[in-house]
Amino acid sequence: MRLAFVDEITKLASRDKNVWLITADLGFSVFEEFKKKFPNQFLNVGVAEQNAISIAAGLAMSGKKVFVYSISTFITMRPFEQIRNDICYQNLPVYLVGGGSTFSYSTFGCTHFSLEDLGLMKILPNMAVMAPGDPIETRALVRAAYNRKGPVYIRIAKRGEPIIHSKNDRVILGKSSKLLGGNDIAILVCGRQLPNAMFAAEILKEEGIKCRVLSFHTIKPLDSAAIIKAAKETKGLITVEEHLLSGGFGSSVAEIVTDKGLHTPLIRLGISDEFPRGVGSQDYFLKKYKLTPEGIVKAAKKILKI
Amino acid sequence: MKTRNSTKLSRRFLEKLKRHALNARRSVITASAKAGSVHIASALSPIDIMVALYFDILRLNLKKKIDHNSDKFILSKGHGALGFYSVLAEKGIIPRDLLDNYGKNKSILPVHPVRGSAAGVEATTGSLGHGLGMGLGMALAQKSNNGEGRTFILLSDGECDEGSTWESVMLAGHLKLDNLIAIVDYNKIQAFGSTKEVLDLEPFTDKWRANRWDVEEVDGHDFEKMISIMRKTSTKRRKPMAIIAHTIKGKGVPFMENKLEWHYKNVKTEDLEETLSSIY
Repeated sequence: MRLAFVDEITKLASRDKNVWLITADLGFSVFEEFKKKFPNQFLNVGVAEQNAISIAAGLAMSGKKVFVYSISTFITMRPFEQIRNDICYQNLPVYLVGGGSTFSYSTFGCTHFSLEDLGLMKILPNMAVMAPGDPIETRALVRAAYNRKGPVYIRIAKRGEPIIHSKNDRVILGKSSKLLGGNDIAILVCGRQLPNAMFAAEILKEEGIKCRVLSFHTIKPLDSAAIIKAAKETKGLITVEEHLLSGGFGSSVAEIVTDKGLHTPLIRLGISDEFPRGVGSQDYFLKKYKLTPEGIVKAAKKILKI
Repeated sequence: MKTRNSTKLSRRFLEKLKRHALNARRSVITASAKAGSVHIASALSPIDIMVALYFDILRLNLKKKIDHNSDKFILSKGHGALGFYSVLAEKGIIPRDLLDNYGKNKSILPVHPVRGSAAGVEATTGSLGHGLGMGLGMALAQKSNNGEGRTFILLSDGECDEGSTWESVMLAGHLKLDNLIAIVDYNKIQAFGSTKEVLDLEPFTDKWRANRWDVEEVDGHDFEKMISIMRKTSTKRRKPMAIIAHTIKGKGVPFMENKLEWHYKNVKTEDLEETLSSIY
């Protein structure tokens, strides 16, 4: 996904001289070409995330469209107030790109685990929040961000994510993408769990259970119509996200379902209220929190009581 | 304090600046008394700096939102907004009746500046340590578009406690952003004590210089000296410029001068007439 992101902003920057890329000293082996091609549209501010955001705001107030990159944790938490006041309150075209899903840096410890980024960003007025599920969604959302007049946060996974969409699929900011139709269970998936959701649907299909798979690459504005439709048309909803359960994508879904007075069963898969301990591979941690095809299958069966 | 070949201003011009500053101070006192608002002393100390900027230095283009050849101004010490609004009204950039309604329901001027709330308010501030970074971004945009514009940021001394301020100071020096001018309203009193007691900024000028800024110290109530320094802020110095303006908190209202409590208190309406007549 990261390469898809770099490729897209490179295209945007060559078309529009007002496109800038700011990094807080990250992007080794990723941004070199961009820097070489567009030295006047690139700025490394050093390890200074607060300054990165304020500068991006100043540039945006002067007609620029600014992408700011750092690791998901660093770009959302250290400069939270700059994000709130400088870019959200002033409603500016500054596009934050957080590198890494929750366990992309799985051996680094929780300082590098993006557990809260989506929740922190979605709570801010004017902010749009996205976590694409494959490189095709990534490309489409980077382009969509550029066309937005207000701020954006995009969390992109690091590397090696498979392509799920077909090339001609339309991916629209603020709308979920339906990848599979079905009326037994609806799997609402956010971010790089998309392949797991598809795989789980395949397993369930073999057992005669038809799943609807909706990719919620945009968490805010949230496609509430698709959630309500799924809640009405299926026997239960499963939300899947690499994020703390508290305040994440599943929480938003639960709010919409209850606000609408619906009683559709809902199981939220995600990370419980703790700092994940220990060291291991990305899959090691995901398995621990049932963020696997098997975990999703199990949740479906629980809803269907089989 | 350095005083190099200062520009001589005509007596008439000096009188005019003093009159505007006096009027602006009267507006601050009247509006804050009516609204019961605070931060009066913080609004009074930078008035002369802003009068110098708005009546002599700034080349603004208020008609065009993006003009890289015009100057920008950010009041980074957002709590001094009433002083800022008063100078904008004095200059005729905002209508005076906005001040009459200050602090009332449906008034459009908040206690801290909000971008676009009124003409000439270019950035939202109120939390300290944001203005210099935003100004750095504006100055970069001017430079990268080969514009002649400069960006002026007015900071408080307390604001220089913020780490984010120094992130911006370091980078501006590194980038040699000579169209960025930071002015510190060094009134030496912050929210809960003197800067010396709370967190001593000294040696203050050395800190800016060490970060590759040109630094000038000046009496922030002396128009002639301030203007002669500000007029020299050419964009060909290859260094950003810091002007450390020594000011008096509460300047112009004798009983408020150098008194911490006037960060918080307000003038009672029954004392308004007497207070107004004491302003100098």
